[in-house]
Amino acid sequence: MCRLAAITSNEYFSPIENITALETMKEGHDGSGMGLILKSLGGEFEDLKDYPILSGICSKEGMKTLDDYMNKLGFKLKYAWTPKINPVKGIAGRDHYFARVYDYPDVYKDKPFEVKEDLLLKTRLALRKFGENDESIIVFSFYPDIITLKEVGDPLELCEFFSLDKSPLKAKLIFAQGRQNTNYAINMYACHPFFIQGYGSMTNGENTAFVPIREFLISRNFPGYIGYNSDSEVFCHILHYTCKQLGYPLTYYKDVITPLKQKEIDARPDSETIRLLKTSLRPLCIDGPNCVIAFTPDGTSIMVQDAKKLRPGVVGGVKGKYGLMSEECGLDSIIPDRDKSLDVFPMKYDMVIVKPDAQEVIVWNQLHG
Amino acid sequence: MEPASRLDHNHELAIKDLPYIVRWRDDRCKRCGKCTAVCPMLSIEPAVVVKRVVQSEGGTPEPKSIRYVTTIVKQTTNIERYCIGCATCALVCPNEAIEPEYNPQSKFNFHKNKGGHPYRRGGRRNDPQPSTLDRLRFTRISMLTDPALDAGRHEFRIRTYLGRILPAEDLPLKMVNGKLEVDKISGKFIPPVREIYPVMIGSMSIGALSPTMWEGLAMGITYLNEIEGLPVVMCSGEGGMPQRLLKSRFIKYFIPQIASGYFGWDEIVRALPHMIEDPCAIEIKYGQGAKPGDGGLLMAHKVLKLISEIRGVPMGVDLPSPPTHQTKYSIEESVAKMIQSMSMAWGFRVPVYPKISGTRTAKAVLNNLVRNQYAAALSVDGEDGGTGAAYNVSMDTMGHPIASNIRECYLDLVKLGKQNELPLIAAGGIGKKGNLAANAAALFMLGASAVSIGKYIMQAAAACHGDEMNRCNVCNLGKCPRGITTQDPKLYRRLDPDVVAERVVEVYKSLDVELKKIFAPMGRSMELPIGMSDGISTDDHAIAERLQISYVC
Repeated sequence: MCRLAAITSNEYFSPIENITALETMKEGHDGSGMGLILKSLGGEFEDLKDYPILSGICSKEGMKTLDDYMNKLGFKLKYAWTPKINPVKGIAGRDHYFARVYDYPDVYKDKPFEVKEDLLLKTRLALRKFGENDESIIVFSFYPDIITLKEVGDPLELCEFFSLDKSPLKAKLIFAQGRQNTNYAINMYACHPFFIQGYGSMTNGENTAFVPIREFLISRNFPGYIGYNSDSEVFCHILHYTCKQLGYPLTYYKDVITPLKQKEIDARPDSETIRLLKTSLRPLCIDGPNCVIAFTPDGTSIMVQDAKKLRPGVVGGVKGKYGLMSEECGLDSIIPDRDKSLDVFPMKYDMVIVKPDAQEVIVWNQLHG
Repeated sequence: MEPASRLDHNHELAIKDLPYIVRWRDDRCKRCGKCTAVCPMLSIEPAVVVKRVVQSEGGTPEPKSIRYVTTIVKQTTNIERYCIGCATCALVCPNEAIEPEYNPQSKFNFHKNKGGHPYRRGGRRNDPQPSTLDRLRFTRISMLTDPALDAGRHEFRIRTYLGRILPAEDLPLKMVNGKLEVDKISGKFIPPVREIYPVMIGSMSIGALSPTMWEGLAMGITYLNEIEGLPVVMCSGEGGMPQRLLKSRFIKYFIPQIASGYFGWDEIVRALPHMIEDPCAIEIKYGQGAKPGDGGLLMAHKVLKLISEIRGVPMGVDLPSPPTHQTKYSIEESVAKMIQSMSMAWGFRVPVYPKISGTRTAKAVLNNLVRNQYAAALSVDGEDGGTGAAYNVSMDTMGHPIASNIRECYLDLVKLGKQNELPLIAAGGIGKKGNLAANAAALFMLGASAVSIGKYIMQAAAACHGDEMNRCNVCNLGKCPRGITTQDPKLYRRLDPDVVAERVVEVYKSLDVELKKIFAPMGRSMELPIGMSDGISTDDHAIAERLQISYVC
C-alpha cells in the first residue's frame, strides 16, 4: 500500500516535512518511487506565479529536443531550477531534473486562461510523446505555480539525493507519495501524485474497476486522458472530468466515484440530480479499496474513501496547518501539538474538505448532500 | 423380379438408426402399462409376441422346446414416432424396468424428412461441446495488495439499467446555491431508465409455453420483486398477455414483446387506457438467435381458447409470424416507426428496445440505434438460444455465437464513447452447461449490461428434459411431457405453477449468491463489472485474441 502525506498550510514549508511523514509511516521496503507535487510555491518561485512551470526529467539529448520544441512554439525560458544532486548509493540518477519557468508565446499572452491551459496541456503531451520510447523526456506537469518531482528510490534517500533538506524550495500545499514494493518494472509515469490542469491526486489501494473507467475516460476524447500507467491516475482524471469538464461542484466527485444506493438517494435534497448522475456516470464508480487525497486549482484539499472504507486515512492539524495522511503516525510526526480528538477519519460517506491556506476543515456527508 | 424388401424389412429403419434406444428389461417389467401410456411420442407400445424357451425337468436332461405367448414393450422404428429420449417412461416405471439410451451412431438426420418436410423441433442448437462462455475463467483475484471482499458480509449491489442513458454532458442540470438541480424548463427529454436485476427472463410466449408454466414464471418473478427485493423482469414473448395482468400493478415487472405477427397487440392497445402502471419496457423482436432470419409459427393445435383470447385470433388456426416486419423496408424506418411510436404510446415513459439475433451485421444495427435517442437498449440473441419451434437446419447451423458478437458491439460503443448510453443485453446459451452465474458474469465483463435466459429457467424451474444431445426437444409438437410447452390440459396439468414459481425464486436467490461469490474475490461490489475485461481469461489463444482478453495456461 502506498504511503500518502499531504500537508496544506498558510505558510510556506519545505517538502522535507512530507518526507519525514512518509518515513514515519514506512513499514518495510519503500523504494519503488516517490512523487512530490508542490503548489502555491514560495522561495524563488513566489514572484513567478503567472508563468507555467514545466517539471520533468531529461537526458542530454532529450533536453536539446525539449529546448528546440519549446523555442519553436515560442515559449521563452524565464527561470530554470534544478535540484542539487547529491549521489546516493542505490539511486541511479538521470541527466537533468528540472522545473523550468516559461513565458507564454507572444500570440497567447492576451488569450483567456482556458486557451493557455489547452496550450500547456498539448505541449506537455507532445513532449511526453517525444520521449515515450527512450525515456529521453519525461514530463509530469506544465502549469503555473506547480512543481512535480519524481524518482525511484526510498523517500528519505531521494530527499538526500535531491538535497531537499538544504534546498530553499517551499510551498503552501505539498503532496507526497511513497510507493511500496508492488511494482518493479517501474515507469515514472506510474508514480503518484498525478496532475492535470490544476487538479492533482494520489491514492492508496488498487482500483479494481480500472479497465472500464480507463475506457470511459479515454473515450471522452479529451487529449489529457491518456497514460494510465497506474490504475490510480484515473482518480485524478475523474476529478478533472467532474469539476472542470462537467463543471460540477467538488462534492459531486464523491457521488460520482461512490454512488449512493437508491434508498439513500431518495433522502437527498438533490435526489433527482444524483439519480441521473449515478446512471450517466456509472462507469466511473471506483468500487475498490481506495483512499483518495486530491487538490483542486484553488488549493482546496480533500480526502475520500471507497464505499467500503477499506483503506486508512486521517485528516488533522491546527488552523493554518493540516495534514491529510494515510496513517496517523505520519500526522503525529508533523503536527504533534494538535488536538487529536479533532482528527477526522473519513468513513464511507465522508468527504473531508480542507479549505485553501488550511483555514477550515469541513466534513461533508454524502447522505445529507 | 419382385424386390425382396418386403420380406426382409429392407426399407424400414433399424433401431440403431434412431437417436435413442429403449432398454426394456423383461425380468423387471410387471406389465403395468404406465410407460406406454405416458410416452408422448407413442414410441413404445405393448406388443404380443410368441417366445420359445428350452426347458428340462427331471433328473436327466430332457430338453423340451416350449412356445408361449407373452406381452412385451416394443420400440417402434417408425421415424414419425421415434424415441426422443425424454425418459418419461423411466419416470413412471415402478420397477426401473425401462429407460432410453442415447445412440451416438444414430442416422436420424438422414431420415427425418418424411413427405419432404425437413426436421423441425424445439430446443436449442444440438452441440454438447462447452461454449466459449464456458471456456472463460475469472483470473483477476484480489490478493493481499487489495483485500478481497466478503460475499456473505459486505454490501453488494447487483443491478443494471434498462433504458437509454444520457451522457453527463447532455443532462439538463443547472446550479442553484451550489447544488445541481434538474432544469425542468429546459424541455430536454430525459429517457426513462429502469433499475433491474441484470439477469432477465427472456421472451417466451403464452402459447409457446403452457398456461401453468407461464403463470409459474410470472408468480416467481413477482415474488422476487415484492418479497425478496430482487427486481427481476420477464419478457412476454410474442402473443400478448392476460388482460388481468395488463391491468394490474404487476405489469411493471413485465416486458411485453411486439413481433412481426403483432399477435396480442389489439388486446394490449385496448387495455392501455385501463393500465394503472407502465410496463417495465417494450421489446421489439426483429430476430431470434435460435432461428435467425426466420419467423415464428404457433401451430393450430396449440391455438386453444385461452390463446385465441389473448392473441385476439380465432381458435385452431396456424399463427405464422413472418421473418421480418412486413411493413418496414429499412432499419431507419423500423427505428423511426416502431421504437418511436411504441414510445409515444406510453407517453415516452417506457423504454423501448429491439431484439435481434446474433449476426455479423449486429454492429450496423448498433450504429444506427446509438444515433436514435429513443432506442433504449439492444438485445442480441446468440446462436445457442432456444426456441419453441424451428427448422433443425436453422437451429444447428444458422446464427452467431454471443460472446464475440457482444464483445465487438461493446468495443464499438467504447470507440464511440457511448458504452454507457445504450445498454447491451446478451442472450443465447447462457447457462447451457448449468453455469448460469459464471456465464452471466463473463458476459458482463465482455460488455453486456444485462443477460436474458430462457432455456435455463425452463430446465431449472420446470425440469425441462431438453438438452444438446437432442433429448426431447418436441416443444413444437405440443407434446411436452413436462407440461411446459403444450396447450394440452392433460399434459400441462402435470405442471404445478406453484412449484415452478418456487423454483424460480430458488434459482434467482442462489444465482445472486453465486454472482457475489464471483464479484467479491475480484473486488467488485457496488457496480456491475461491465467491460471489466481484465477480469477474465481463457486457455484458448484464438478466443483470447478475438475477445481481447488475456490468455492463460
